[in-house]
Amino acid sequence: MQSPLPFFPEQASSFANNVDTLFGFIVLTCVFFVVLVAVLCVFAMYKYRRKRPAEIGDTVNGNLFLEIGWTTIPLLIALLIFAWGSVIYVNFRTAPADTLDIYVIGKQWMWKLQQPNGRKEINELHIPVNRNVKLIMGSEDVIHDFYVPAFRAKMDVVPGRYNTLWFRPTKVGKYHFFCSQYCGTNHAVMGGWVTVQDPAEYAAWLSGDTGDLNPVSAGEKLFAQLACNTCHIPNGSGRGPSLNGVYGAKVLLADSTTVTADDSYIRESILQPKAKIVAGYQPVMPTFQGLVTEEQILNLTAYVRSLQTQPVPAKGAGIAPVTTGKK
Amino acid sequence: MSLMSSQQPSITSRQYEMPEHNYLNGTYGIRSWLLTTDHKRIALLYLASVTFFFFIGGFFAMMIRLHLLTPNGYLLSPDTYNRMFTMHGVAMIFFFLIPSIPAVLGNFLIPLMIGAKDLAFPKINLLSWYVYIVGGSFTLYSMITGGLDTGWTFYTPLSTVYSNSAVAPAVIGVFITGFSSILTGLNFLVTVHTMRAPGMTWFRLPLFVWAHYATSVVMILGTPVIAITLALAAMERLFGLGFFNPAMGGDPILFQHLFWFYSHPAVYIMILPAMGVISELIPTFARKQLFGYHFVAAASLAIAVIGFLVWTHHMFLTGQSTYAAIAFSFLTFIVAIPSAVKVFNWVATLFGGSISFDTPMLYAFGFLGLFLIGGLTGLFLGCLGTDIHIHDTYFVIAHFHYIMVGGAVMGYLGGLHFWWPKITGRMYSEWLARLAAVILFVGFNLTFFPQFVLGYLGMPRRYHMYPPEFQVYNVMSTAGASILAVGYLLPMIYLVWAAFFGKVAGPNPWPATGLEWKTPSPPPTENFEVTPEVTWEPYDFHNRPDLGLEPGNGGGHVIHPAPAHGDD
Repeated sequence: MQSPLPFFPEQASSFANNVDTLFGFIVLTCVFFVVLVAVLCVFAMYKYRRKRPAEIGDTVNGNLFLEIGWTTIPLLIALLIFAWGSVIYVNFRTAPADTLDIYVIGKQWMWKLQQPNGRKEINELHIPVNRNVKLIMGSEDVIHDFYVPAFRAKMDVVPGRYNTLWFRPTKVGKYHFFCSQYCGTNHAVMGGWVTVQDPAEYAAWLSGDTGDLNPVSAGEKLFAQLACNTCHIPNGSGRGPSLNGVYGAKVLLADSTTVTADDSYIRESILQPKAKIVAGYQPVMPTFQGLVTEEQILNLTAYVRSLQTQPVPAKGAGIAPVTTGKK
Repeated sequence: MSLMSSQQPSITSRQYEMPEHNYLNGTYGIRSWLLTTDHKRIALLYLASVTFFFFIGGFFAMMIRLHLLTPNGYLLSPDTYNRMFTMHGVAMIFFFLIPSIPAVLGNFLIPLMIGAKDLAFPKINLLSWYVYIVGGSFTLYSMITGGLDTGWTFYTPLSTVYSNSAVAPAVIGVFITGFSSILTGLNFLVTVHTMRAPGMTWFRLPLFVWAHYATSVVMILGTPVIAITLALAAMERLFGLGFFNPAMGGDPILFQHLFWFYSHPAVYIMILPAMGVISELIPTFARKQLFGYHFVAAASLAIAVIGFLVWTHHMFLTGQSTYAAIAFSFLTFIVAIPSAVKVFNWVATLFGGSISFDTPMLYAFGFLGLFLIGGLTGLFLGCLGTDIHIHDTYFVIAHFHYIMVGGAVMGYLGGLHFWWPKITGRMYSEWLARLAAVILFVGFNLTFFPQFVLGYLGMPRRYHMYPPEFQVYNVMSTAGASILAVGYLLPMIYLVWAAFFGKVAGPNPWPATGLEWKTPSPPPTENFEVTPEVTWEPYDFHNRPDLGLEPGNGGGHVIHPAPAHGDD
C-alpha cells in the first residue's frame, strides 16, 4: 500500500539505485548552496540593516580572489556531477548483448508490445526478473515516450526510426509505465503496467496459448505475400540480393561505401529502397511506404534477422566481401 | 553635475509637486498614444498589452490547476485541458515573458539610463509594438477559433499532421511576433552603441543596460531561427510539404533541433533582463556599489554566448548520439557557472551595505532565493544520469517555473515597483505592496515546490488525469496557485490606483544613483532638459552629495542601532 505522502518512487531496476545515489548527491549540493546563501543573506540583512535613514554602505566593491574562488569551486562540483551523470547515461544507452528483445509500437493512444515468441499484449508488459530486457520501439504516428518510473528508465519513441531502451528489472511486482512525450488528446491515458515475474511464472505466462504468430513466421508469410521473395532469392540469382546472412553484416553499396545491416537499415530499405543501393544491383525495388504498417516492418525485420544463420551464396549476396586488406 | 542641483534629499518628508510638463500630459488623445514615437509611451503600450496576455495566460493556468485537483479531472475534457496548457505556455512565453522586461522596462529606461532623448529608431520602436499586436491577434484568433493543443513546443509531426486544432494561425502569430523582438533588440544595440551621454563609458553603464545588451544579441541572432522553423512547420501544415513528417521522408527530430536552437537561448531572453533588474535593486537598497561589476557584466555576455551551445539538453532521450549528449551536458554545466557568479556577487554586495526592506528589495530577495533553487535544480536536468528519470515530468515544470516565474516575473515585478514612481510620478501603498510580495513568495513556493516531488515520483507533464497516489501534491499545488492568483491581482489593483491617486514621489524617492533618477518623475518628453554629463562610477553613493546621504558612514559601524527605518 502506498503511503499517503509518498516521497520516493520504488526502486525496481538495476539503474534505480545508481540514479538515486547521484540524485541524492545533487540534492546535498543544492542544500549546501541554498543554506549557504540563505545564511549569508539573513546574516547580512540583520547586521547591515539600515540604522539611520541617510546612512550609506562601505566602499568595498570587489575582490579578485573571491571571484576566482566562487567561479572555480562551483565549476569543479559541476564537472563532477557531469562526469558521474555521463557514466550512468553511457551504461543506460549501451545495451548488453544477451537481451530479451521485445518489440514495442506506440500509436495514438495505445502501446502494442510483442514477446519474441509472438505473444502480443496491449498496454501490458510481462518480463522476467533479473533478465536484461531490450525494447525495440517504433511509432505509427507521432512521438511517444516509454517511461517506467520504478526503473528510472525512459526513451522517446520516434516515428521513422527505432529507439531502444534496455533495463534489468530487479524486483518482482507491478509498476506503472507512462507515455511521457505529449502525443495528443489521450496522452494521459496512454500507459499501463509492467509486470515483473519470477522466471518460472513468466515462462508459464509466455506459453499460454494466444494464437499469435511469432514475428519470424509472420514476417515470412508477409515476405511471400508482398512478393519480396520473387527478387530476393536465397541462392543469389534474383534481381535483388540474397538476404541470407545479411543481418548484422556489412553491406557494400553502389557508391563503394559500406553500411551495417541493422534494424534501421532494413527499415529504410523497405520504405526508401533507393536511399542505399547494394553494389551490383539496379534501383528497381518499389517503395513500400504506406503499404506496410510499423508492426509489419518489425515482422519483416525479424524474418530477415532469422536468415542470419542461412548459408550465404557465393554470388548475389547482399553482404560486402570480407576485406582482408588486399583486393 | 550642475543638472538638477536644486534637488533635495528625498528621504525627508518633503512634499513634491508633479512636474508641469511631462511625457504623460504633453499631448492628449488616442492618436497621440497610438502614433507616438516616445519610447516611454511605447513602453506603456507594451505594459498594457503584456499585462493583458499575462492575465489570459494566468486564467489558463488557474483552469489547469483547478482541473488537476482530482485524479480523474472532472472539470475539463481531455481536449480542452490540452488546449489550456498549450495556450498557457504560448501566451506566457511568447507574449508575456519574452517582451515583458525588455519591451516595458527596457524600452522605458535604456534611453534614460544612458542619458539619451530616445531610442535610436523611435519609429521602428513603434513598429515593433504594432508587429507584436498583429502577431498577438493571430494567436488570439487561434485561441478563440478552436484553440491550440500541440504544447507550446509545437513538436512535429503532432503539430503539423495530427493535431485537430488551429495550429496555423497560432504559429503564424508567434512567427510575426518574433520580428517585434528582433526590432527591439536591434534598437537597443544601436542605442547603447551610439547614444550614450558624455562620460557614460561602457563600464559606467548600469548593469540593467549590460543585461539588455546581452539579451539583444540573443534576440537578433536567435529569433530568425525560430522564424524559419515555424515557417517550415506552417508550410508543412498548410501545404503538406514534408520537412518534419517522417511519412514524407522528413525528420521530426530536426524540428526539435531548430526549435531549441532558439528556444533555449530564449530562456536567457527572459532571465537576463530580470538579472539586470536585480543588479539595480541590490546596490540601491544596500546603498553600496555592486560587488564585482565587471564580472557581473561579463557573466551576462557569457550566458548569452554559451546559451547558444546547449540546446540539445532538451533532447537527451530522443535517441541522439551518446557523444552528442555528453558534449551538450558538459556545455550545460558550463553555462551554469556565470549565473552562480552573479548570485555570489549579489550576496557579497549586501555585506557592508545599509540594507532597507522596501518593496523592490523584497522582490530582489525573493528573486535570489527562487532563482537559486531554480538554477540548482537545473543541475538534475543537465546531468545525463538523472535527466533520464525526470525528463518530461513535473520536475521540469517545477524547475522552469522557478526560473521563469520565481526569477523573471519576480524581477519584472521588482522592477515595476522600483521604477513605478519614475514611470507615473506617484508612489503606491508601501504596506500593500510588501503584503503582495510576501503573498507571492509563499503562494509561489506552495504551488511549485510540491511539483519537484511529484516529478521525481514519476508524474509525466501534460497529463489531464493521473494515478491517485499523486493527488496530495496536486492539491497542495492548486492551493498555492490560488494564493498566487491573489498575489498577482493585488499589484495590478494598487499600482493602477497609485498611478492616478498615489502620493507624488519626487524625482528620486529611494534615492538611487542612476541617470534616470536625475530627471523629474515622470520625465519630460525629451527625457532631460540638458544633456547630462556623467562623472561618477555606477552605484557610487560616496561621491554623490546630490543624493543628500551621509558619505563615509559605512553600515555596521554604528554602535547603538537606531530603530529600523520605517518609511510608510
